[in-house]
Amino acid sequence: MPDAVRLRGRSWGDLVFRGAVTLGALAVPVLMGFLVYELWVGARLAVERFGVGFLVTSVWDPVAGQFGAFPLIFGTLLSSLLALLIAVPLSLGVAIFLTEFAPERIRGPIAFVIELLAAIPSVVYGLWGVFVLIPVLKSSIFPFLRDTLGFLPLFKGPIYGPSMLSAAIILAIMVMPYIMSVSREVLLAVPPSQREAALALGATRWEAVVSAVVPYARSGIIGAIILGLGRALGETMAVTMLIGNRNEIAASLFAPGYTMAAVIANEFTEAATDIHYSALTYVALALFLVTVVVNAAARLLIWRVSRGRPTGGRAL
Amino acid sequence: MNRQRLRRGISNLMVAAMGVAVVLAVLPLLLILGTLVVKGAGSINLDFFLKMPVPAGETGGGVANAVVGTLLIVGAACLIGIPIGMAAGIYCAEYQGSRLALITRFVADVLNGTPSIVVGVVAWTLIVARQKHFSGLAGSVALAMLMIPMVMRTTEELIKLVPNSLREAALALGYPRWRTSLAIVVRTTLPGIVTGVLLATARIAGETAPLLFTALGSQFMGTNLNQPMAALPLTVFTYATGPYEEWHRLAWATALVLIVVVLLLSVVARLATRQRFERRG
Repeated sequence: MPDAVRLRGRSWGDLVFRGAVTLGALAVPVLMGFLVYELWVGARLAVERFGVGFLVTSVWDPVAGQFGAFPLIFGTLLSSLLALLIAVPLSLGVAIFLTEFAPERIRGPIAFVIELLAAIPSVVYGLWGVFVLIPVLKSSIFPFLRDTLGFLPLFKGPIYGPSMLSAAIILAIMVMPYIMSVSREVLLAVPPSQREAALALGATRWEAVVSAVVPYARSGIIGAIILGLGRALGETMAVTMLIGNRNEIAASLFAPGYTMAAVIANEFTEAATDIHYSALTYVALALFLVTVVVNAAARLLIWRVSRGRPTGGRAL
Repeated sequence: MNRQRLRRGISNLMVAAMGVAVVLAVLPLLLILGTLVVKGAGSINLDFFLKMPVPAGETGGGVANAVVGTLLIVGAACLIGIPIGMAAGIYCAEYQGSRLALITRFVADVLNGTPSIVVGVVAWTLIVARQKHFSGLAGSVALAMLMIPMVMRTTEELIKLVPNSLREAALALGYPRWRTSLAIVVRTTLPGIVTGVLLATARIAGETAPLLFTALGSQFMGTNLNQPMAALPLTVFTYATGPYEEWHRLAWATALVLIVVVLLLSVVARLATRQRFERRG
């Protein structure tokens, strides 16, 4: 029965192999389980004491043991949305240029260079922001904005270096490569017949892009933008270094602000009481839940364009 | 015909505007690299790598402890993250339809989008709070959690690209399934997987947020992963936010070292895959 023996030998090898890779595959959900469980256990004290009101009240006083995260949530959302406002037109411009207009030879290198921006560590952006970007903004760009747009409350008031707007600008630079590379891949997935049809009807190349290519890729592009939003919401180091870390809601973008990630980075090692730790973990839990929702929405939208093809795999 | 000229004019204008966007997008990279070289290169010499930090206020000193710390923390993170990530990736590619593969893939995507600071908090509660002291190992665990989904997705997607005929040929020659998987499928994709691993390593090597309250940083040379440890990104952060000119000088130099390492890893990794695909295609 040599055949039977060999067959059994085979199945042993298969069993061991399958067991090993299954363990690896199991480890990922188990890790995620730990993550959610630890966040929940850590935050429970604060959740029980402050409830959902934590998210809409503004007092953050570690000494008195009173915590409310509203200014943090506001700062996180505002800085991320401002960053998108700057980054989206730029990155879509680049993505469309690279897929539709640029000479074949320079497409790869430009995309490559912009993707390298994604490789720069956050703390290096922070360093550059503190010592190069902020002085430039403070001496020329902020005064210019105040002089021309000062009638809006957004651009009124004293100019500090570290501010909501400074943080938003550095965030914009940081999320741009993500939005650019995902929307580029989505645009590449648009069938050529789309733009050919538009061109055949007499459209100029720009009109073909606007009327045929972008609408086809629309949900994927929105996905790319939401993905950028997810990155911006969780970004920590550069924002902590540039936003000024003041727990207030100010009308002016020149005023300092605070974000959820930044408060964790600043206070976690120094927290002295259980409730302080717990409040910070509550913030982390809230941040985690927001990014989960944002990322799930982004992936769904990107998937709708690519129909299961691994679009954006490199950037995701 | 005037209207046609107008439309063509708009088209050209928009293309020009997009050209400007490209310049604006590439500019930050050049500016950042330029500033790093201008401000950091002057401080880089052998002493910088071999000496320990000096007490605040004194001049000189180096970042030897942070170099060692980063190597150890990232090394340990790779030891944890690469096997798990690769195994999970192989599983998801080889048993594509199974329920576990679907769950793992979904969870990896969620983990990939999780802010690194949140992972740091979890590593703190998981390890630091239980041990009651900061440690390099807690930092490694946090970095490994960030690394696993990246390694997993690259492995999975590359294995899916392997043509079925290759697999069938091996099976037809009498290879058992596990040997087909390891010796044929994984073997063919190994260069690509190595690229993915290098990119993931580059990415975690620059991470600061997960190390803030796990590895914590240290002024001393330490090789014990169970103790607080210095790391290059932490050094950049501490020196950049400190009050001394001398610290700022060291922050620029450290950042330059960090970025050279990170960019070298990413460029080498990307060029390696590109060449491979060009040779084939």
